[in-house]
Amino acid sequence: MLIGKSPKIPTSEIISETTYLNRRKFIGQSAALIAGTGLLGSAQAGLQADDEITPEDIVTQFNNFYEFGTDKSDPYENAHTMTTDPWTVNVSGEAKRTGDFAFEDIIKGMTAEERIYRFRCVEAWSMVVPWMGIPLKKILEQFEPTGNAKYVEFKTLVRPEEMPGQSSFFSSIDWPYTEGLRMDEAYNPLSIMVTGVFGKALPNQNGAPWRLMVPWKYGFKSVKSIVSIRFTDKEPLNTWQQLQASEYGFYANVNPAVSHPRWSQASERRLPSTLFNTNRRPTLPFNGYAEEVAHLYKGMDLKKFF
Amino acid sequence: MAKSRSNNALKFTLAVLASAPFAWLVYLISLEIVQPTSGLGPDPAEGLLHYLGEWSMIMLLVAFGVTPVQRLFKKPLLARSRRMMGLFAFAYVVLHLLAYVVLYVESSWQLLLEDFVERTYITAGIAAFFGLLVMAITSTKGWRRRLGQNWLRLHKVIYLAIPLALLHLIWLRKDGFGDVALYILCFAILLGERAYQIRKSQKAATV
Repeated sequence: MLIGKSPKIPTSEIISETTYLNRRKFIGQSAALIAGTGLLGSAQAGLQADDEITPEDIVTQFNNFYEFGTDKSDPYENAHTMTTDPWTVNVSGEAKRTGDFAFEDIIKGMTAEERIYRFRCVEAWSMVVPWMGIPLKKILEQFEPTGNAKYVEFKTLVRPEEMPGQSSFFSSIDWPYTEGLRMDEAYNPLSIMVTGVFGKALPNQNGAPWRLMVPWKYGFKSVKSIVSIRFTDKEPLNTWQQLQASEYGFYANVNPAVSHPRWSQASERRLPSTLFNTNRRPTLPFNGYAEEVAHLYKGMDLKKFF
Repeated sequence: MAKSRSNNALKFTLAVLASAPFAWLVYLISLEIVQPTSGLGPDPAEGLLHYLGEWSMIMLLVAFGVTPVQRLFKKPLLARSRRMMGLFAFAYVVLHLLAYVVLYVESSWQLLLEDFVERTYITAGIAAFFGLLVMAITSTKGWRRRLGQNWLRLHKVIYLAIPLALLHLIWLRKDGFGDVALYILCFAILLGERAYQIRKSQKAATV
């Protein structure tokens, strides 16, 4: 079946139980996942019929995390040096509850749900990943953001002694890595804070102990190893926009119609690809999540707000 | 007789060295055939393209370095390998371009044109390729004879092709400019040596 041709078919009709069970087998048996089976509906939301879960060793050994180097194998090779316990998160800005919080206290009493999402990198490759996460809304609401909170900004840990990319002379990034969302984007049910993947705790190289996941946006929006949450009334300046505003905007919604000066965004290579079959497929608007998120951008010129 | 034999030995050694990255690539591809992703990683199209691109850059600088190195070590024999090294560099560039055309734009002229127009780093890369193509075609003895004095003039296009190739890499790179800095440094040193030689010969002429 060609993807994109009939997006209206409910997920339950296009995913047969055997396919689902095979995927289960693929993921492996884990208590967390068994607990998650009750959430089949939300976990599989928006999954296309030919979305196959990307093998675990690719998800955890091939990714960008410039704090540990610019090669995609660098995070896996270098991230083991990062200390994630204790982990303190600073909450500031337009909210009633601000200050330093221990990570465990923030997520206390919350259960991570399984969410199988497509992950689309701005470099035109993509994966399908079984994340474990907590709805972002649930996390943010406990800080009681005020009416002035129009945006939320996230920052990654800065610790050059444990992050070789941050101490590299040849990097032009102004750390900390910064990202942000509009509050209504943050409160969309698809937005989650990821604490695990493949039924295990999130590995350092994927952004331990927790990272953002907003699947309708390019991967660089999903900031890793977060130590700061700030509520603000102004649009945050995210790292890539700061580096190259002509190429990277604030919104970064996956959009095949908006061309990028480095990569055509019309199609993507679904990993693993091989030399003899690059596994190329057309890229969908909002990475295939238009039904869930397109209303957030009603009336906006997405070519201007890219 | 002895001289030509040592020339052949030198040429052969250089040819083996210049082929080594290609041989390694053949090995990686053979791993890919046995077990996908084992040789070039989960995104082999990108792996292959970047591997060939890096070696294109290195080989271009090596070929550009033949003349200064020959002067520095007083090894005039080395000059006879210059054409070969240039052609090796061109071969890596051709493979790099082929990998891009087949794996990235999937042999579509329309996509190639779009890339050429919209993406400045591709424009720079393809411009560099055409410069090198002209040099490769006119590298034969016949062309050299036919073009006479113009041959030297034409082959000055390398002073444009290498900076274009460097721009191609700089504009593509998002961050992590370590290797780029190294390439620029090498190019600057090799340019500096040439400038020094020109000044020296000008001084000698005025004396």
